[in-house]
Amino acid sequence: MALSAEESGRLAGLLTSHDDQVTQRWTEIVTGSLRGRLSQAELRRQVQELHRAIVTVSEQGDLDLESERAAELRAVLAELSQGRARQGFSATETAVSVFALKEVLLELLDAEQNPTALRDYVAFSSLIDEMGLFTFESFVRTRESLIADQAEQLLELSTPVVKLWEGVVAVPLVGTLDSARAQVVMERLLQTLVDTGSPYAIIDITGVPAVDTQVAQHILKTVVAARLMGADCIISGIRPQIAQTIVALGIEFGDIATKASLADALRHVLRLTGVETSRRASRREA
Amino acid sequence: MERVPILKIGDILLVSIQVDMSDQTAVQLQEDLAERIVATGCHGVVIDITALDIVDSFVGRMLSTIASISKVLDAETVVVGMRPAVAITLVELGLSLHGIRTALNVERGMELIASARADEYAENLDAEPDAETTASP
Repeated sequence: MALSAEESGRLAGLLTSHDDQVTQRWTEIVTGSLRGRLSQAELRRQVQELHRAIVTVSEQGDLDLESERAAELRAVLAELSQGRARQGFSATETAVSVFALKEVLLELLDAEQNPTALRDYVAFSSLIDEMGLFTFESFVRTRESLIADQAEQLLELSTPVVKLWEGVVAVPLVGTLDSARAQVVMERLLQTLVDTGSPYAIIDITGVPAVDTQVAQHILKTVVAARLMGADCIISGIRPQIAQTIVALGIEFGDIATKASLADALRHVLRLTGVETSRRASRREA
Repeated sequence: MERVPILKIGDILLVSIQVDMSDQTAVQLQEDLAERIVATGCHGVVIDITALDIVDSFVGRMLSTIASISKVLDAETVVVGMRPAVAITLVELGLSLHGIRTALNVERGMELIASARADEYAENLDAEPDAETTASP
């Protein structure tokens, strides 16, 4: 899709001879498409930068977006789409900033009445398409890295291990439990058991929206690992629907204690450890 | 050849494994331990594996063997101080330490043995007076 030296020369000529007109019209089209979410001055700056990059590279002979010489142009495009992705614009709104150049060029070529206009327009157009695709790719890449970062932050946030009683810790699981999270939960729980010397752990799954065989597998592994280390695990917070799903899927928890609520689980552990709780006689009754 | 020390604390023998176990060390430890259980008449063995980075099927089998030997000599075995990483690896590999009781640390292990002994005596008191058998030579 590269432009020949002649074509890129004509492109450079076209863009430089109508410098102000091009940036003016280009900025107008982009501003319209973004519905005023970016200031005119900001857009003008971006358009000018892009314009300058295209002119620079097209003046040097034949133009291929993949080539070494077009590195600066690619950098400008990448920067533009990264900025758009971070500011929350859609992929279309990002690509329009590049595709608007087509319209501008068509108007210019129309005005010139050049016999080679049609051929040039097709060549320019395919170059701009390529630039548009490149923009789109960088946009997606930026978005993906944003999502990965957020997933990592979520992972750090969502696995607290809390101490409920002397020798009793609890892990309130919230959200879907995938392999990566299950691993983090397991490691953190086991480490806490060692650090605090707690022989009992309660895994509360009230906040887990669905329990399938995979989630059950992760929980079972954690329980077995804790047992190997000499601590006992109790699973609590099993909601009625989840109990039905577990039975329907044929998941066996074996001899692992399961309780309906965290309170039941704590009471169970306290009984095991020989702690007795009693209500103090109310003063009003006395 | 390195030898694993066996310490006697009250009614309990404490074995702290600090070196990488080889076939020879393991066999030596089994022999030493059996002798010490008989000689001291202890009723509990605490094996501390805090220092072990790797527990493979070999070490797992050794622990199971020691537990079985001790059981025959009427001593309860508790493995203590397994690291989280070791526990996770064992689970992932599907290895389970059959017939071995575990505790988080030495202190808990000793408590476990004490309570197990107490339970046993309570049961024996309920049962026939001559139901208890000992393996002392």
